[in-house]
Amino acid sequence: MATQPRLTDFERWEREAFGRTPERDAPFSTISGEPIKPLYTDADLPADPDESIGLPGEFPYTRGVYGSMYRGRLWTMRQFAGFGTALETNLRFRYLLDQGQTGLSTAFDMPSLMGHDSDHPRSLGEVGREGVAIDSLVDMEALFADIPLDRVSVSMTINAPAAVMLAFYVVAAERQGVAPGQLAGTIQTDILKEYIAQKEWCFPVDPAMRLVTDMIQWCTEHMPRWHPVSISGYHIREAGSTAAQELAFTLKDGLTYVEHAVARGLDVDDFAPRLSFFFNAHVDFFEEIAKYRAARRIWARELRDTFGARKPESWRMRFHTQTAGVSLTAQQPLNNIVRTAIEALAGVLGGTQSLHTNSFDEALALPTEDAVRVALRTQQIIAEETGVANTIDPLGGSYFIEALTDRMEERAYAYFAKIDELGGMVEAVKQGFPQREIADAAFRYQQELESGERKLVGVNSYSEGNDGEGISTLRIDPQLETKQINRVRAVRERRDPEGAKAALERLEQGARDEHKNLMPLLLEAARADVTEGEIISTLQSVFGKYSESPAF
Amino acid sequence: MATSTEKKIRVVVAKPGLDGHDRGAKIIARALRDAGMEVIYTGLHQTPEQIVETVIQEDADAVGLSILSGAHMTLVPRILELLSEQGVNDVLITLGGTIPADDVPQLKALGVAEVFGPGASTQDIVDFIRGAVRV
Repeated sequence: MATQPRLTDFERWEREAFGRTPERDAPFSTISGEPIKPLYTDADLPADPDESIGLPGEFPYTRGVYGSMYRGRLWTMRQFAGFGTALETNLRFRYLLDQGQTGLSTAFDMPSLMGHDSDHPRSLGEVGREGVAIDSLVDMEALFADIPLDRVSVSMTINAPAAVMLAFYVVAAERQGVAPGQLAGTIQTDILKEYIAQKEWCFPVDPAMRLVTDMIQWCTEHMPRWHPVSISGYHIREAGSTAAQELAFTLKDGLTYVEHAVARGLDVDDFAPRLSFFFNAHVDFFEEIAKYRAARRIWARELRDTFGARKPESWRMRFHTQTAGVSLTAQQPLNNIVRTAIEALAGVLGGTQSLHTNSFDEALALPTEDAVRVALRTQQIIAEETGVANTIDPLGGSYFIEALTDRMEERAYAYFAKIDELGGMVEAVKQGFPQREIADAAFRYQQELESGERKLVGVNSYSEGNDGEGISTLRIDPQLETKQINRVRAVRERRDPEGAKAALERLEQGARDEHKNLMPLLLEAARADVTEGEIISTLQSVFGKYSESPAF
Repeated sequence: MATSTEKKIRVVVAKPGLDGHDRGAKIIARALRDAGMEVIYTGLHQTPEQIVETVIQEDADAVGLSILSGAHMTLVPRILELLSEQGVNDVLITLGGTIPADDVPQLKALGVAEVFGPGASTQDIVDFIRGAVRV
C-alpha cells in the first residue's frame, strides 16, 4: 500500500497537518458511532464507480430513483396531521388542500392503532390525542367528506389494523363513487417494525404477516395505484437505533415482505413496484445522506439479483422522509427549528420523494399551528432559496459520501448475515434480536450524553437553566373523547344487527382458513358498519394476542 | 430495621396507556439497575390496575411512570387513586415523558413527587430517588 504514491502523499499531508496543530478533543465519529477519518481522498472511492455510483434513474440508483429528480419535480411536502374526531381532522385536511397541498397524511390515535374502539376501557384518556379516532366506516366517511378521493392521494399511518382501515377507506371511496382502482396513496402496514420498535400490535407475528400478505395480494389485483406497505425505518430510529441498524432492519423487513408475497405465488414484478419506504432524517448530516444512497443500492441489487425482478420499477426504492423527533429537545425549543432544517436538507440531498418536517414544540406535545407553519416553511426555504435542488445528487462522487455510503452498505449486509443465521427476520423478531440491538444502542447514546462525550446543545452544554418553560403547547379538548364515544355507540345502535353479526361470523370462519384472503371479508364487515374493535377482537379470538416479554 | 447500605431500593418502571415509546423507560430501567437498585419493568400497555398490582406485589419503594401519549392527566390520577384505595401511601411516585410544564403543578398536587421531561439525565433521576426513598 505504501508504494502507492498518493498514499505516501496522504501520509506526508497527515504528518504536516497535525504536526503543529494536533486534533482537538472530540469523538470524530458519527452519532451512530461510525469512526470518521480526518480526510477522504480518491483512494476511498469504490473500485467500480460506474457500476456502484452510476447515473440517476439507472441501476443501482445510488444517485436517485428518477433520471430528472428535483430538476423535473420537487419532492412532495407532505405534513402528517390528525387529532380529535374525524370531523376536526376533516376540517384540517380541507384547510391543507385549500392551501395547495396535493396529498394528505393521516395520523391515527393510539386506540385506533391498537385496534380498540373509543369506548373500550383501554382507550380512556387516549381518544383523539395523538391522532384522529376512527372506529368504523362512518368515521372514515366523515374524515374524507367533500374530499375527492379520485384526485387526492392519501397516506395512512397505521399498521396492526391496516387491513381494517383499508377496508373502511375503500368502502368510503366506493360511497363517493370512486372505485378501488382509482385510489392513490399509501397505508403503512409495516408490522415487523411494530414488534421491533413502534410497539402497537394486535396479533402474534405469523397471523400478522398473513394479513400483510393478504393486503399486498388484494391491492395488486384491485388497487394498482396504491402502496399497500410503506416499509419504515422511522420508528426504528426513534426507538434509539443507529443509522446502520435503521438501514439494515428496514431493508430486511422489506425483503421479508417480498419473500412472503412470492411464497404466496405472486410475481415479484406485479407487486414490488408498489412497495415504498419511509426513513428518518437524523441530525448527523452526512451519515443520513449515505444511508439513503446505500438503501437504494441494496434494494435494487436484492430485487434484481436475489428475487429476479426484471422491471426497473421493482428495483427502485422510493421513500418518504421525516425529520427525527428523537433529536428534538424540550430545552431551548427554538433550537429545534435549526435541527429540523439540517435534517430536512439531509433528506433532500439524499434524494427523498416526500418529506415531513417536525415542529419545534414536538418534544412536548402535538404541534401548534404556528409551529407547523414554520416547519413547512423550512422545506419551502430549502426548495426555493438555497439552490440545492438545482442539480441532481450534488454530493455524488464526493470521496467522503461515497466511502460512507459503502460503509453503510457493509454494515447492513453484516446485519443481514446475522439475521439469516437466526433464521430470518420473522424469527429474529420473535427472539427479540433487533429489539435488543436497538435498546443497547439507545443506552450507549444516553451514556455518551451523560458523560459529556457527546454534546447536545441546550441539554448537556450551553444550557441556561429554566430552558423548557414559556412555550405554549396545543391542548386537545377532553370533550372530544365523549363525543367520539357517543359516535361509535350510535353506529352500533343504528346498524342492522343481523348483518353485522353475520359479517363477523364469516370473518371468523375466514380467519380459520389460512388459504383465504381476508380482504373481501373485511370489506363486507366495513359495509355492515362493524367497528374496528369488533373486527380486531373477532380476529384475536382466532389468531390470539401478542405480548412482549418485558426485558430492558 | 435494615440500613440503606443493606437493602436495595426497589423500583417499578411502568408504561401505562397505549403508547409504545419505550426507549426512555428502558434507559431509565438500566440506569437505575446500574446504580444498584432492584428494578422491575412492567413492559408496555399496562392498565392502572396492573401497575398498582405490580407495585403492591413487588413491595416497591418507588414507581417511575413513563407516558408519551398525552394521556397523563387521565392515567396518573387514576393510578394515584387506586394506590390510595389500596392503602399504599409510602411509595415514591415519579413521572417521565412528554409532559407539558403547565400540567406539572397539578400532577404534583395530586402526589407525584417529581416529573422528569425529555433531556433529564439518568444521574439526576438516580439521585432524586436515592434522596427521596427511605429504606
